[in-house]
Amino acid sequence: MSARDGIMRRLRAGLEGSQPRPDEFDATLVTRTWRYDSTEARVERLTRLLEAVHTEVHRTTQGDWPQRLYEQLRTRGIPNLLFAPETPHGSQLSKAWEVNGSEIHLTPWDGPIEEWKETLFNDVSASLTGSVGGIAATGTLAIWPDRHEPRLMSLVPPLHIALLKASTIADNLYDLMQTQDWASGMPTNLLLVSGPSKTADIEQVLAYGAHGPKELITLILEDA
Amino acid sequence: MTQSIPVTNLDGDFKTRARHALDDAQLRNNFRTAMDGLMHKREQAFSDPQEREDLRDLGNRIRARALSQLPDLLDQLEQRLTANGVRVHWAETTEEANEIVHRLIEAQEGRQVVKGKSMVSEEMELNDYLAERDIECLESDLGEYTVQLDHEKPSHIIMPAIHKNARQVARLFQEKLGGELSDDIHELVGTGRQILRQKFMEADVGVSGVNFAVAETGTLVLVENEGNGRMSTTVPPVHIAVTGIEKVVANLRDVVPLLSLLTRSALGQPITTYINMISGPRKDDERDGPREVHLVLLDNGRSRAFADAQLRQTLNCIRCGACMNHCPVYTRVGGHTYGEVYPGPIGKILTPHLVGLDRVPDHPSASSLCGACGDVCPVKIPIPELLQRLREENVRHPEDSEAAVAGAGSRYSNREQLIWRGWQWLNTHPRIYRLFLWGVTRLRRLQPARLRPWTDYRSAPTPAARSLHEQARNHMRSKS
Amino acid sequence: MTDLFYDASPNATRIVQSNKAGREYPEKPDRVVLFGTCVVDLFFPEAGMDAIRLLEHQGIQVDFPQNQSCCGQPAWTSGYREQAESVARAQLALLDTGTPVVVPSGSCAGMIRHHYPGLFNHEPQTRDRALRVAENTFELTEFLLNVCRVRLQDRGRHRQVALHTSCTARREMQTHHHARGLLAQLSGVTRVDHDHESECCGFGGTFCVRMPDISGAMVADKTQSLSQSGADELISADCGCLLNINGAMNRQNLNLKGRHIASFLWERCQEGS
Repeated sequence: MSARDGIMRRLRAGLEGSQPRPDEFDATLVTRTWRYDSTEARVERLTRLLEAVHTEVHRTTQGDWPQRLYEQLRTRGIPNLLFAPETPHGSQLSKAWEVNGSEIHLTPWDGPIEEWKETLFNDVSASLTGSVGGIAATGTLAIWPDRHEPRLMSLVPPLHIALLKASTIADNLYDLMQTQDWASGMPTNLLLVSGPSKTADIEQVLAYGAHGPKELITLILEDA
Repeated sequence: MTQSIPVTNLDGDFKTRARHALDDAQLRNNFRTAMDGLMHKREQAFSDPQEREDLRDLGNRIRARALSQLPDLLDQLEQRLTANGVRVHWAETTEEANEIVHRLIEAQEGRQVVKGKSMVSEEMELNDYLAERDIECLESDLGEYTVQLDHEKPSHIIMPAIHKNARQVARLFQEKLGGELSDDIHELVGTGRQILRQKFMEADVGVSGVNFAVAETGTLVLVENEGNGRMSTTVPPVHIAVTGIEKVVANLRDVVPLLSLLTRSALGQPITTYINMISGPRKDDERDGPREVHLVLLDNGRSRAFADAQLRQTLNCIRCGACMNHCPVYTRVGGHTYGEVYPGPIGKILTPHLVGLDRVPDHPSASSLCGACGDVCPVKIPIPELLQRLREENVRHPEDSEAAVAGAGSRYSNREQLIWRGWQWLNTHPRIYRLFLWGVTRLRRLQPARLRPWTDYRSAPTPAARSLHEQARNHMRSKS
Repeated sequence: MTDLFYDASPNATRIVQSNKAGREYPEKPDRVVLFGTCVVDLFFPEAGMDAIRLLEHQGIQVDFPQNQSCCGQPAWTSGYREQAESVARAQLALLDTGTPVVVPSGSCAGMIRHHYPGLFNHEPQTRDRALRVAENTFELTEFLLNVCRVRLQDRGRHRQVALHTSCTARREMQTHHHARGLLAQLSGVTRVDHDHESECCGFGGTFCVRMPDISGAMVADKTQSLSQSGADELISADCGCLLNINGAMNRQNLNLKGRHIASFLWERCQEGS
């Protein structure tokens, strides 16, 4: 008998004569406490919670964000930015920066990870990705990697910048996954990100920049 | 790295290890401070007690529903994962699980493995197994990395290195990794980051655990703060997840309350930095992520615990560690005293199913049944009730065919049986009982001053001059 | 307790019922039965007598069946179910009279109220009896506060007291609320908190002799926090804990001694105390 058969047989024997329990899921228990009555309230809550975990939040607009981002990166002395030219925000960024004569090098993701792993780990200073939504209740960004913006874009570079459209901020996780109907088709990897990587494993002292980004900047596009 | 890691750090039985731990002032202080902090954080994270209780109730029902259809959900999980391109493997024992993982690594000719935090891999003692086969399996969670450097085991399921303070970690890092001695925590974290990022890049295979396996979508949900879990599951070309068969939940929606319960109960956080939901390997047109994803489903005694409806509740556990944070015994003796992978109250009720009750016969007794664990459990496992059940299993006759736990009956003793029978006789024969009271109260001055082990820490109690039975009888008589 | 109504199969996956609804209390009765408990019987009989006096003071006639012994908890928590069942069955036969049962110990009251019915799942008739008795069993402070609805007249000097509540008493019988409620009625008494107040004192029945070192460490921490609390006096509604804490305080020559809340309340209500 295979391991699978043995395990399944014992589990089924354990349940013999009993019924599956009814589904008593009560969505109000995961939504009631986490309701906010306007986009402004959601933006405020998300901002407050993200800031509490060492994240910089800037409120900007569809038109202005490339400039705001540029200023932020210049202040930090960032030499290059990993971005996805094929995305709408990627192309907007490269156009805007080109016009203004950018001194920050824009790096596209170049081929499969195996071909440039070392460069990604050692030379990329910052990255920009979009997001599919936010969660006000917990101060969270939902990131849905794809071929244009691979999984590691939001993980390996020491500084990660995420764009978040204010209108896509849901009250809570339950609302977000229901309105976007995640269950009908999950991507290979879906991420909820709430701040830069952190650890409290040594004496419970909080330290940012454990293995992933040391810093996270969120640009909230208020008119989108 | 071929040095094998001992299963336990201290010799002797539970009580001997407890004695050592109780005498270690630094250890006592490290745990007390940490547990006080964690209790406080949890309390703040659940500021509305009604919301907390409603959510615990929901968590309990969700886990019970999943268990009530566990084989069907496992079937569904396997089908969905397979459709998503994830390969599913089944293991009855830790040995089988290790063989599967080893075979998969060998297929890649892998020599370097990085591992995200996984308690099931601790059950398997995977690091040792692979080290013996010349494969380096490196822990990447900073706490796990620290205990691995010191050839130790985790002392807490969420905070593996909680038994060490910064100075102890600093000395360890200096000794093992060289460099300047610094007990600045940020510098220590920086050192770990630097070393481990190199390892992530080089690794042939990444191993991780799973917090929730979603049957509906075929999704593995991993919860973490550090990013090492994402690194381990995303950078290497092959990802192997190992988990217990009980970790499955019906659907994505069910994860929402469990996630909230988990992060708030464990660390008092509304959510962790990363919730990593993996539903498949890299697609043809994708440019990163592992090319292969495997899931190893491990039984290791779980299906036996499952067979008993009362003990089945043990499998509700979502591994938050709140029970240990609130346990007055754990707080005083620390995780290593338990001598096994899972310490604290959950360890006491889970370990007997994994290794046999006869290997951990002191586990059920090492509790005052104060109930703090059951009170805080986010999925309402009745831990005190289960401890008591295991005490019954412990003192069963070894040949009793109704034993529900492997290794039951190892604490059966004719002497104890006799004592309790005597106690029963005394308490069911009222005249004898009253005679006993009369005798003890009259002879109270003859009682020895030392009644070990009670008097090791306390004065001997002196019986009253007249029992309540006598006093009450006289009182009633005087009134009538 | 399990939800037997949903799926009666012994294999049914269980949930833990939430204990949301508070207990409904009857009118004050004319008579009660006092179940004294074995520890009170032998070590703290004055607590039992003061409980009787407090109840009589409320105009209630108190019966003390001479055939009572122990509730069975020690065997039950030690894994000796058969012995616990036998002792519990004997008490049930005495207590199933329809008269309310008052217990000057939260954990023993909890044993009768919450665990007796489950002990007899396999014996429907005894189980019914256990359910009747459970429904009619009250811990002393609960009974004074919620059934007698006492209004205590404090006649004593000002005192600062620390209150220790047994863990099972708190969790199963909410004894901390009831004891605090009674103390709050005493104008001359200030209740002081002590560090880690809700933490176990280390008694735990047979735990204190099976795991003496751990229990010893727990009670040492408890006595330390009590002695640093600034309390003049320690009171508790559970004599098991008192046996443990008093034993340790005596051993450490601390100037504090605990006594049962019944004795404390009765004393406060006397002239010139």
